[in-house]
Amino acid sequence: MYFDHSATTKPDERVLRTFMDASVSYFANPASLHAEGKRTEKLLERARTQILAAIGLELTEGIFTSGGTESNNLAILGYVYANQHKGRHLITTSIEHPSVLRVFQDLEKQGFTVDYLTVDKEGRISMDELKSTLQDDTILVSIMHVNNEIGSIQPIEQCAKIIHTFPRAKFHSDCVQSFGKLSFAGFADGPDLISLSAHKMYGIKNSGFLAYRKNIQLQPIVFGGGQEQKLRSGTVSVPHAAALAKAVRLLMEEVDLQQFQQWRNELVEFFSEFDECKVLAPNASAPYILSVAFAQITGEIAINFLQQQGIIVSTSSACSSKNSDVSHVIEAISIPQKFEKGVIRISLGKDQTIEEIEQLKVAVRQLIELIRKGVGK
Amino acid sequence: MNWNTILIRYGEMSLKGKNKSKFIRKLKTNIKAALSDLSTVTMRAERDRMFIYTEKPEELDRAVEILPSVFGIQSFSPIVICEPTLEVIKETSLKVLGKNETAGKTFKVDVKRVDKRFPLDTGELQQVLGGHVLKTFPDLIVQMKKPEILLYVEIQHEAAYISSHTYKGAGGMPVGSNGHSILLLSGGIDSPVAGYMMMKRGVSFDAVHFASPPFTSDLAIEKVEDIVRQLAKFGAVIRLHVIPFTDLQQAIVKQVPSNLSMTTTRRMMMKVADQVRQDTNSLGLITGDSLGQVASQTLESLTAINEVTNTPVLRPLIAMDKLDIIEIAQKIGTYDISIRPYDDCCTVFTPPSNKTKPRVEKVAYYESFQEFDDMVAEVASQRVTTIPSQQTEDDFEDLL
Repeated sequence: MYFDHSATTKPDERVLRTFMDASVSYFANPASLHAEGKRTEKLLERARTQILAAIGLELTEGIFTSGGTESNNLAILGYVYANQHKGRHLITTSIEHPSVLRVFQDLEKQGFTVDYLTVDKEGRISMDELKSTLQDDTILVSIMHVNNEIGSIQPIEQCAKIIHTFPRAKFHSDCVQSFGKLSFAGFADGPDLISLSAHKMYGIKNSGFLAYRKNIQLQPIVFGGGQEQKLRSGTVSVPHAAALAKAVRLLMEEVDLQQFQQWRNELVEFFSEFDECKVLAPNASAPYILSVAFAQITGEIAINFLQQQGIIVSTSSACSSKNSDVSHVIEAISIPQKFEKGVIRISLGKDQTIEEIEQLKVAVRQLIELIRKGVGK
Repeated sequence: MNWNTILIRYGEMSLKGKNKSKFIRKLKTNIKAALSDLSTVTMRAERDRMFIYTEKPEELDRAVEILPSVFGIQSFSPIVICEPTLEVIKETSLKVLGKNETAGKTFKVDVKRVDKRFPLDTGELQQVLGGHVLKTFPDLIVQMKKPEILLYVEIQHEAAYISSHTYKGAGGMPVGSNGHSILLLSGGIDSPVAGYMMMKRGVSFDAVHFASPPFTSDLAIEKVEDIVRQLAKFGAVIRLHVIPFTDLQQAIVKQVPSNLSMTTTRRMMMKVADQVRQDTNSLGLITGDSLGQVASQTLESLTAINEVTNTPVLRPLIAMDKLDIIEIAQKIGTYDISIRPYDDCCTVFTPPSNKTKPRVEKVAYYESFQEFDDMVAEVASQRVTTIPSQQTEDDFEDLL
């Protein structure tokens, strides 16, 4: 029973079929001048258009990348390097994914000034703080849509409206955990750049996308033959691109958020029965991510126990779970110390069943009983 | 309340006395073709305007998107039709305005009273409606000149029409109302714009393209097909004639000194196009020439090229700057297709230097050594004619 969809998802078979068909029938290099190359290029451009149309938000340009991390790196470094003459002040939040946070830390070493927005107990940034942190020489603000560890949702539309009152400031959003699940529909304003990752939406690993507005100037961070509008050199994998377009389309057509929301509400209620655990960010989170902290045990113990019952969950984030310290996100939302090391993340996926949810509850009850019998320390 | 009607106002053609009914019929046909995907559309044409009815709101929205590209329309407005009584008009006006963002917008009521039996006169009705609307939307600002929202109310005998937004049409005249011609279409930036400008003046056309395989690739033809598809969106069926030009072009290169070969090539193209014109009962030839842009477009060159035919050659871009042409090409969506990097038959055989002032006698002298007229007739008859379909079949539908 898999409850770790925020770490990665199992590829949809239809996506795999697209990948295989495209690998066989459209294997030519899309940069080649011959007819086979042109056919492949056509498919590549169709895939790009389809993804951009699904995103909306006036983002008309897009680059295929190797995943969320590369998209974030290219968005931030690419934008900052190309626009550093306009200003050297940058803003992000304290709960970003490492592929954003580390980039900003590196930019700090290069002499840029970075402000990290704080978050409240629900993991939300404050619009007032955003307003007061923006400066005339702020060139880029990067705010993730849905946090990967606790699922907190940032008000992207509001952020965009505030950021865009500063003419030099552009807005990047890491939408890896939200795209296709939360809609941008009806947004009057939105980010100037967004990052996506295929494998978080039943697509194939090592595949991502960076979408941006036409007026955005980027500088490449990888050099070579000048593919992808000279911004990402290297032969483009058209099968990956086609598979990503397919994954996006399927997700848009099929995802049922209401079901997630209902299960999540049930689980929040269920966990709040026990004093031994605490639901993190219970009110501001995406319907498919539930972060729970246990007192007295570490997250790792909870995971091991649940695994024996056939249930796969993860500690707060797969990317940081090998660091023994408390995650920066958990630190940022400052929870009582006794819960800090006992965080697990339950993330739901489209093939989840009600039976699995029930079994999860049974297993958690057993875990609570175990804790109540007494644990060390 | 149903938004199911669009009121269309005619462009320049409402001035044309005798031919007016012909123009209206043409416009009706063109609009019908442009909206052919919308299953519930019906139309009614009157002497000064036309009505389009749909049963589905989404088809109305789609029509609003499509109509701005149809020539012969001055403007159009989605309207609500209601009972012509004061109470109903008041109530409907509020609903119509409710569809708009009103805060801080400037506003005006405009009334046209066709049914003179209506109890209030135009001025009175404007005042009553204005007052009524402002009570519900106090944040509207009344402004007589260029208001952002114009509440338009028209009282007819059997019904009242109410609208709050008027869209600008493409203007011009219905395509096909001013005769049929031949467009020489290279695939570059200029010739599609020339075609577009003539369409705007009501001219329909067949396109002629010269292909020189293997010096030019299939992709160049595909590119021209895409341009034709794009131009067809402005309300015309466009046939494309692809001329196999290789043999003729090689004969020119062999026979005519290189600094005159371009002039001869253009002359032969004109002859071939003129032959297609005859075969298709067309009236004129359209080219994308712009004076002085390249060597073949000096007055001397144009004279030498034009010498082969008496057919009117329409050159709508002759006095335009390149940048202005590019701007139109971008607006009509042909620019991105035109800049695809495939050689056409002119670029492949470009000599190192061209005469900018070719002399007709000299050109004719060199041409006299070869039976060019026979070759012209032959390639014209070997042309491949297609109508690039508007629905490009989607190869990727299943895959993506």
